[in-house]
Amino acid sequence: MTEHIPDTVENAAATPEKDQPYHLLGLKPDEYQRIRDILGRRPTSGELAMYSVMWSEHCSYKSSKVHLRQFGQKVSPEMTKHLMVGMGENAGVVDIGEGWAVTFKIESHNHPSYIEPFQGAATGVGGIVRDIISMGARPVAVMDALRFGAIDHPDTNRVINGVVSGISFYGNCLGLPNIGGETWFDPVYQANPLVNALAVGALRHEDLHLANAKGVGNLVVLFGARTGGDGIGGASILASDTFAEGGPTKRPAVQVGDPFAEKVLIECCLELFAGDCVEGIQDLGAAGISCATSELASNGDGGMFVTLDNVLLRDPTLTAEEILMSESQERMMAIVRPEKLDAFLAVTTKWDVEASVLGEVTDTGRLVIEWKGQTIVDVDPRTVAIDGPVYNRPMEYPAWLDALQADSPAKFDRATGGDELKKQFLAILGSPNEADTDWITNQYDYYVMGNTALHTPDGAGMIRIDEESGLGVALATDANGRYCQLDPYLGAQLALVEAYRNVASSGATPMAVSDCLNFGSPENPEVMWQFARAVEGLADGCLELGIPVTGGNVSFYNQTGDVPIHPTPVVAVLGSIDNVARRLPSGWQDDGENLYLLGVTHDELGGSAWAGAVHNHLGGLPPRVDFDSEKNVAGLLSAAALEGLVTSATDLGTGGFLRAVTDGVLRFGVGARVWIDEIMDRDGVDSTAALFSETQARVLVSVAREDDVKFRGLCDGRNVPVLRVGVTDSTSGVLEVQGLFDIPVAELARVHRGTLPAHFGPVVGG
Amino acid sequence: MRVGVITFPGSLDDRDALRAVTLAGGEAVSLWHGDHDLGGVDAIVLPGGFSYGDYLRCGAIAAHSPIMSEVIDAANKGMPVLGICNGFQILVEAHLLAGGLIRNDHGTFIRRDQKLRVENVDTAWTNKYTLGQEITIPLKNGEGGFIADDETLKQLEGDGLVAFRYLEVNPNGSLNDIAGLRNKRGNVVGLMPHPEHAVEPGFGPDTADRMQSGVDGLAMFQSILSATVLS
Repeated sequence: MTEHIPDTVENAAATPEKDQPYHLLGLKPDEYQRIRDILGRRPTSGELAMYSVMWSEHCSYKSSKVHLRQFGQKVSPEMTKHLMVGMGENAGVVDIGEGWAVTFKIESHNHPSYIEPFQGAATGVGGIVRDIISMGARPVAVMDALRFGAIDHPDTNRVINGVVSGISFYGNCLGLPNIGGETWFDPVYQANPLVNALAVGALRHEDLHLANAKGVGNLVVLFGARTGGDGIGGASILASDTFAEGGPTKRPAVQVGDPFAEKVLIECCLELFAGDCVEGIQDLGAAGISCATSELASNGDGGMFVTLDNVLLRDPTLTAEEILMSESQERMMAIVRPEKLDAFLAVTTKWDVEASVLGEVTDTGRLVIEWKGQTIVDVDPRTVAIDGPVYNRPMEYPAWLDALQADSPAKFDRATGGDELKKQFLAILGSPNEADTDWITNQYDYYVMGNTALHTPDGAGMIRIDEESGLGVALATDANGRYCQLDPYLGAQLALVEAYRNVASSGATPMAVSDCLNFGSPENPEVMWQFARAVEGLADGCLELGIPVTGGNVSFYNQTGDVPIHPTPVVAVLGSIDNVARRLPSGWQDDGENLYLLGVTHDELGGSAWAGAVHNHLGGLPPRVDFDSEKNVAGLLSAAALEGLVTSATDLGTGGFLRAVTDGVLRFGVGARVWIDEIMDRDGVDSTAALFSETQARVLVSVAREDDVKFRGLCDGRNVPVLRVGVTDSTSGVLEVQGLFDIPVAELARVHRGTLPAHFGPVVGG
Repeated sequence: MRVGVITFPGSLDDRDALRAVTLAGGEAVSLWHGDHDLGGVDAIVLPGGFSYGDYLRCGAIAAHSPIMSEVIDAANKGMPVLGICNGFQILVEAHLLAGGLIRNDHGTFIRRDQKLRVENVDTAWTNKYTLGQEITIPLKNGEGGFIADDETLKQLEGDGLVAFRYLEVNPNGSLNDIAGLRNKRGNVVGLMPHPEHAVEPGFGPDTADRMQSGVDGLAMFQSILSATVLS
């Protein structure tokens, strides 16, 4: 074996003509030239490794940056009032009062989850949780937004089993309750599933930590798992390529996760924070040490000196370039004052976590990395981490879009009687995207930590943050790729208002947004147009609702062959609630309560579950968005929850009114009698629209008889349209849609819960 | 009554167990796996989790951690010890309870609200229940299948050492529907389901009466307060 001779700065200066494999690392010729211009010489192989991963789409946001700026520009004072840390850090931080803050973020791990579903999904959870720890917070919950191919495609079984058991394995072993998420099936995700993981953490205001390297002479410490050969180049290569059939296998490029190491790392970090042992901290994710050193240095005093020989290796044969690019999981980098090093190491030793001092903070403005006594990297860290390429990619209005929007579902004959409506309803209820997801969620622990106030199947998850006061947060994630395909601007806003309404329906007040923007190739001008429209829609929507985007992630190149996925901007909304004891479940438990529908119904079936499940159709326009009505309904719910006037709230989303009624019935197995005549009369819609339209800004609530008058008064006072549409019935065991049809609750449950097990295997006790 | 909860690397439900002890009226004391010191506690809980990453076998490494030599000594002298989930696995690995726990028969992790029957109330941890009482507490595990050889199983049944049995659904393929065991003396109890997740109204399993209001696990932590050290 010949020893790998590192390419030094000196050598690079002396051999300018050396041919470098920049294209294999995902760099374009002009990007390579730009690196040469920045350095005034050719990069060393180590520098090339760093630039290539940090300038990849995944790390640099080079195609999305020009659009994402809107999130920082379309901001009102109302939106920044509670914002402690905004976009750009590892995760945004929101002040929820009583000295508490929460940090949350949603991130994608799509491509690895197709290649190696178990490890891909597991490390997705691991990565987002480390982002939360990096802010100084204790992680308190996770959620996941998942999209798979067609439910009956043979490969879907492999992917969903791997992804769900990966999330289950990693999240459960970390001791983090999994409190919600969503699951969709659609052929567009067949060879490109979406695995978006969210984590939320809580911290006291004074415990906030940031990723910067300040204080000349402070030490740079790498701790956690050892560095091995996992995911070398994974960030750039996996995230920049699509899966051409017949190409070489990329299996080794997916990282392998060890949740035990991460759990220990969480506790170790929290003890380091408590002991004031850390000045700045950064997790190691995509691009590993390259990313951590260049970002920490860029955000601090600007310089850093690192001796790469001090990195503890799992595989001693790794080259310097591989060490710089390695994406081994469960590692963190801290900036530590020299006098605190002993205290720091005492904590890491207590938790059996390995640590090594790599170097120190300098004021040279250069990131200098040595290996075997020679300088192999000497760069301005900002050119690596911050001032990467920015592209204003060409955009083009999709050639097919007008035809798609013109193909409205109005062409379908409407059902004429109760029997046909019942048949359509059951088809919707059992369709893969409306079906119950117990098969997935009963593999997740939502009890651990003892603070879970709401969890699946409730529309939002809720966690108690302060055990004395009951202060808590609620979270929901939403996206509807079908709507977005029809209109990405509206589709992104529909995802936003749906998540917003889910949080409001839990009794919480929406406060902040994190997004995970999943799209096809940015090099496709039509996809780029979809992306731009979605970002614009989301930014405009957040401004309307007065809640800021605090962070998130962009995932491009989600496509199989030439076919991009539907645009899928997953929006997570976080809200706060003074006392989780006042939370609202998504179903009723008591007999004889009145059911009220808030909001009005229009005939809006474009992109609906009805169009998809009954007519296998996608076309027309998605529902309209009415921000004032959304805010009005959310305000009413918050007031009603505070005064204890409603006993449950179920948001109306896909599937419409009857789908929400079913959620209400199945939550506790309590039947109901509902009627739609007054909806039809007041809103001028037919029975199909009354039952299945997906008009927004509507919520179904149950109200105890004794609170009836007060509740109606509250609605009148706030100008929220309200209709009494039913009454709960705990003895009948039936859902009766008056004048149309009856369905036993047991049959509802069977249809709703049967779909996933029929494809993927039985549910224990199900 | 001071009740210690041991934190191993990879313990997850240690805070929950501490909270359960407090809610039951006891004084909760946090103990560390690396110490050789039980801190003067009167009883011990080994909490759920994935101690040492469940490497080798669930509970196998934790059973040999420093503090376990003190725990085993104390248990043999009659100190009440409760093992929950991973804690049950540790007690089995430490030979304080019989049998073994293997991968669920269906192969996946399962979380569900599980109905149990209390089979034995003559222990430090079950004396607040009534014999045959049906309770619902959360279950969540990947390796909860109880196994034992025929002779051991016969002996467990014959000696009345089954503390809890799964009702209606056997969630993991456990032999004889065994969910939890006691030792002969009645001071050591282990079970796979999690009583500490059913102790506080609003955060437990749903009941017919009110959402998440199930507190059937609380009696286990109250039992210990009235139990005297069984010497």
